[in-house]
Amino acid sequence: MYRYDEADQQIVEERARQFRGQVERRLDGRLSEEEFRPLRLQNGLYLQLHAYMLRVAIPYGLLSATQLRQLAHIARTYDRGYGHFTTRQNLQFNWPTLTDTPAILDALASVQMHAIQTSGNCVRNVTSDPFAGVAADEIVDPRPYCEFLRQWSTFHPEFAHLPRKFKIAVTGATVDRAAIAVHDIGLRIRKDEAGRIGFEYFAGGGQGRTPVLAEKLRDFLEEADLLAYTEAVLRIYNELGRRDNKYKARIKVLIKEMGSAEFRRRVEAEFETTRHDPALRLDPEALARMKAHFVPPDYATLPDGQTALQAGRLGKDRAYARWLASNLAPHRVPGYAIVQLSLKSETLPPGDVTADQMDAIADLAERHGFGRILVTHRQNLVLPDVRIDALRQVHAALEGLGFATPNVDRVTDIIACPGLDYCDLANARSIPVAQSIQQTLADADRVHDLGPLTLNISGCINACGHHHVGNIGILGIDKQGEEFYQLTLGGSARDDASVGKVLGRALTAEEIPGAVERILATYAVLRSGADEAFLAVVRRVGLGPFKEAVYADHS
Amino acid sequence: MRIIRDRRIVEDTFVHLDEHAPVPSGVGVVLPWSRWLAERASLADRGAPVGVRVAATIDLATLVEALSSLAVVAIEIPKFTDGRAYSLARRLRGEAGFSGELRAVGDVLRDQLLFLSRCGFDAFELAPGRSLEDALEAFGDHERHYQSSADRTRPLWTRPSPG
Repeated sequence: MYRYDEADQQIVEERARQFRGQVERRLDGRLSEEEFRPLRLQNGLYLQLHAYMLRVAIPYGLLSATQLRQLAHIARTYDRGYGHFTTRQNLQFNWPTLTDTPAILDALASVQMHAIQTSGNCVRNVTSDPFAGVAADEIVDPRPYCEFLRQWSTFHPEFAHLPRKFKIAVTGATVDRAAIAVHDIGLRIRKDEAGRIGFEYFAGGGQGRTPVLAEKLRDFLEEADLLAYTEAVLRIYNELGRRDNKYKARIKVLIKEMGSAEFRRRVEAEFETTRHDPALRLDPEALARMKAHFVPPDYATLPDGQTALQAGRLGKDRAYARWLASNLAPHRVPGYAIVQLSLKSETLPPGDVTADQMDAIADLAERHGFGRILVTHRQNLVLPDVRIDALRQVHAALEGLGFATPNVDRVTDIIACPGLDYCDLANARSIPVAQSIQQTLADADRVHDLGPLTLNISGCINACGHHHVGNIGILGIDKQGEEFYQLTLGGSARDDASVGKVLGRALTAEEIPGAVERILATYAVLRSGADEAFLAVVRRVGLGPFKEAVYADHS
Repeated sequence: MRIIRDRRIVEDTFVHLDEHAPVPSGVGVVLPWSRWLAERASLADRGAPVGVRVAATIDLATLVEALSSLAVVAIEIPKFTDGRAYSLARRLRGEAGFSGELRAVGDVLRDQLLFLSRCGFDAFELAPGRSLEDALEAFGDHERHYQSSADRTRPLWTRPSPG
């Protein structure tokens, strides 16, 4: 992974010192709350329903064991002993005090971490494929480009006061696990016929109250031009993005209103200037140096282990068999597997991990791998380098920690935002709804049989829980002070990205588990076979049968 | 009025005129852009520097055409959270090659000074009631920067690897 030298270290330490000064000036009144707000937001500090919330950046979701232990230490010392992993591969602490925040930033800086630009109207933490560097279907490792984007955007002086927040996602694999279609900029790394690396470049995607899939700006942007082109996109957006209405301020609205052809024309014209700036062009030496930070670790030479895997999947230990089938992903190196830790069970809110669990995961990552942990945008964790001959041991350890629920990418692998339990934007609670669905779907065999299916819950139209792109989406709304939930079907965040369609009238929290149950039963009847996934059936038959199942009189 | 110029507190040597005030002789003046457009011919030969006050949304081509006769371009920042002035400054220092004074006026606060200066501003009229002495400290908030800007610092990713 990327390792700081003294220059990187100086930058995060200077940031901690700067923020300490800003907090002091806020407390002695030299800074008003209005002036302080954008400053604290650009340092990830929100004022929530009950307390401050600090969002820590985990660049492209990659953590070392040392960093995870430090997060555990911070959770114990300054919070209530836990943290919450988010859909943007970050970690949130829900209970820090304003006065402790500078000390937390110092603690983060000591392990090469920070909270820079995790909020505010600026370029946010860059997200990527949680299997980056290890996925069997990877074409090019996206992490060096993510790190370039991180460095370029960190304290970029021109783009600290954009019309609105700005999110970039990068994938380098065949399957898109980074949801690039719903980001302000989405990049798919490709190779041309000559083997040269470049980017299929998308812009203008997003969720929120106006879900939009990104438009393609370039089929193939040369590797060396990544920053020059991105600077051109940001400059056009900074100058022309709407500032009169925060709900129309995202780049997706600018592109829609201007038309993608005109937007592209302006970006290309600007790029004619930026591409000749040597400070933006990534020369071969800089590219090579960055890539050297991400060379593969020392893998052992092992048999491929497929026989053992097959035996495990067919074996008598059903819990282990199901776990192998759903929580493992193929690794690029023979004899290794990618193991996903499900943070979705009935015991903790989706994405929550206690300090003790963080320490235990850090230990596991060192014992079974190279001390690396990844965060997925579905709010799970990944041990990227587990030897297949150690899978039983790892499974047992994860069962002990409560992270072996065999449901990754299954219906109970629910994405949920913090909702009205924490968030002052929310209209409705998300976590209890997620938990009630999990309780009604406790039968692991059934969950397994239902196959790949994403269920995403947002507590308000800001869509932090990605409800638009869930195969089943649930959106919390407020009707005269009461919490209701709207169901959508048919969303996807993958290569076949789509926005879900509203099924019918909103339901109460009590009605939701039953409605989900009826949707699943309808799917089970309609599917042509075990291979036809939920999304495929929704696309084939439309909403009609599901509408009928949910809203017909069941009394 | 005291302003910050080149990271020092100095007395402003320019007289700021509205649409109607008579133009004094022998002293630098800053006028609203619309007035400068109307009176540019008579202002050309007055023998003292002339500047303009513009909104960040000004038509760039028209402004660039005028730059050779301007000693100061003062860009208005209506609200400190409005980032358009930063891009305009970069364009003026970059492709337009403006080397005169680029002054930030309006809702100019201490915590934005460093980024404004990196984008090419070299003079600052602070919002009313702000301590200039306090504000000077902001330039020291960050010594190193990853990316280059109008300041032409070398991007950190071009540094050779240690060892």
